[in-house]
Amino acid sequence: MLRVEDLHAWIEGKEIVKGVDLEVNKREIVVVTGPNGSGKSTLARTIMGDPKVEVKEGSIIFKGEDITDLPPEERFERGIFLTFQVPPEFEGVKIGEFLMKVKGREDLETLKELKEIFRRVGLKEEFLFRELHRGLSGGERKRLELAQALFLGKDMIILDEIDSGVDIESVEMMISILKDLKKRAGILYITHNPLTLKLLEDERIIRMKEGRVVENGR
Amino acid sequence: MRTVGKVERSLVEEISRKKGEPEWMRQLRLQSLELFEKMRDPVWIKGIDEVDLDKLVLYEDVEVRADKWEELPDEIRRFYEELNLPEMEKKFLAGLSTSFDSEIVYSRAKEMLEERGVIMLPMEEAVRRYPEMVRKYFGRVFPPATHKYAALHYALWSGGVFVYVPKNVKIEFPVEAFFLISSEMFAQFEHSLIVVDEGASIHFIEGCSSPQFRKFSFHDGVVEAYVHKNAHLKFTTVQNWSRDIINFNNKRAIVEENGSVEWVEGAFGSKASFVYPSVTLQKNARARVTNFSISHQGEWKESGSKVFHLGEGSRSTVISKTISTGDGVSVYRGLLRINKGAKHAFSAISCDSLLMDEESKTFTYPHNQIEEETARVSYEATTSFLTEEQMFYMNSRGLDEDAAKAMIALGFLSDVVAELPPEYSAVFRKVLEYDFRGSVG
Repeated sequence: MLRVEDLHAWIEGKEIVKGVDLEVNKREIVVVTGPNGSGKSTLARTIMGDPKVEVKEGSIIFKGEDITDLPPEERFERGIFLTFQVPPEFEGVKIGEFLMKVKGREDLETLKELKEIFRRVGLKEEFLFRELHRGLSGGERKRLELAQALFLGKDMIILDEIDSGVDIESVEMMISILKDLKKRAGILYITHNPLTLKLLEDERIIRMKEGRVVENGR
Repeated sequence: MRTVGKVERSLVEEISRKKGEPEWMRQLRLQSLELFEKMRDPVWIKGIDEVDLDKLVLYEDVEVRADKWEELPDEIRRFYEELNLPEMEKKFLAGLSTSFDSEIVYSRAKEMLEERGVIMLPMEEAVRRYPEMVRKYFGRVFPPATHKYAALHYALWSGGVFVYVPKNVKIEFPVEAFFLISSEMFAQFEHSLIVVDEGASIHFIEGCSSPQFRKFSFHDGVVEAYVHKNAHLKFTTVQNWSRDIINFNNKRAIVEENGSVEWVEGAFGSKASFVYPSVTLQKNARARVTNFSISHQGEWKESGSKVFHLGEGSRSTVISKTISTGDGVSVYRGLLRINKGAKHAFSAISCDSLLMDEESKTFTYPHNQIEEETARVSYEATTSFLTEEQMFYMNSRGLDEDAAKAMIALGFLSDVVAELPPEYSAVFRKVLEYDFRGSVG
């Protein structure tokens, strides 16, 4: 479903991702790990189309289409979703209203579905009326990003260190949700959390170092 | 009668004669004309130099007056129907007056207003029917000598609404005056006067709109409000002029002991706009001034407030929220004056601006004159920027640049938009989304 071929990605004149090949299929979790600065997050953001990243070589193919030059909103439309490692804050943008707008459905049934997802990720219903990521703790932000992954129903979900800075119970909850998501979507999971790596040891694990893939396998 | 150009005595006299005014009003116009001729252009106003009065239509007599929509000519009624005014009047207004260029063409106060002694009339009619009452206030709250364009206004004023709310009468539903400029190279000088007697209260809504023109038009209106002891006035403006209007809106209230006024000013449209609702507060009087505006590509919007604390225990809150996008410029220009003797007066001012692009600009000019030692004053100003990361986040949720900007703008303004009546905040949201989709760079 998602294929990255010989990807070279640059930020501010510096090559961060240096020729990465990668494939993620439907009903598959691919874990990307590696030390800080190994290019994991840049890889994730390049797949989503971050305009700060320049792709100088290589391509990103999604469902058979070359999306390397598409803007992020069109990648989203085609079915790719990225959770942010440090999501930005938005003054006055109400979470519930925002998510329903993004989903393109603003009926009661959708609201009910959203409430159920909030319950599942451990967010109280009142968060629907809070401002998007503003005044939220680190853990709450991660839960909100995960809730979006569940709610928006995309085929390819990229999770950028969703498990950093959260407690053990939260990591276990997240992994259990991911295993459910795996039933309908492909998942690219970026992490260097030892507990996550342990819980996902049966999945395919890619190890990156200095912008390159140094290990690919179970 | 359609008069183009030359602000001169004969024109002023002709307008006065046409309106069948008493001598004192004719004299007020002529004195104002003299002032206009003597006074210098305000140097701090940008964009006004484009206004060549000699080329503008300064007065147009629309010989229509109706109190039923179906009595209006089709071409005029259509304007209002497109703005959904008949429907809004039915649903939640106690009274409505609509102005078409220089004159009020439709005016209707629901029976409930009349039964309770509220007067709501086109300004000209009030001058004729209640000359003494009007004379007591007209030009006293916002004097013609305030600046050159105030003087011009008093020389040429036409249209506008007079509202009087008797003692202890509290009107629960808002009344509205709607001002429409229907043609380009036109100058509108409407004058509204609201008098809220002791212990009374009312909410007055002012709406402004115009279709898109090829050339500009000029708006130079005045609103005067007199709020007596223990009375309350809320005055809401929803300004949605098209992008070719130069908007000069002069507003002032005098608030007596224990009275209160709220100015809510939402400016979405116009090419250049200068609006500083001002208020004079007597003992224990209160004011809340809320301004919000959006400056798109090529626009210059000035807003702010002038608050004069004369009485002890008087309190004011000033909130300004502006957004600039494209190369749009937003300016806050405010004056706070606390006189000696206004013991324990309190004022809190906050100005927040959001810049959407590297080209957009915001300026803040607060001016505080505090002469009373026991007064407490707080002033806060913040400027925030739409970051690349915020835009990437919104894009990664499927919103393109315009939709993302509209979402962020609505969020930023959400607390002040909540001060609008629900019907208007819904319209505001639509206008804002449309604006970002349609016109910004």
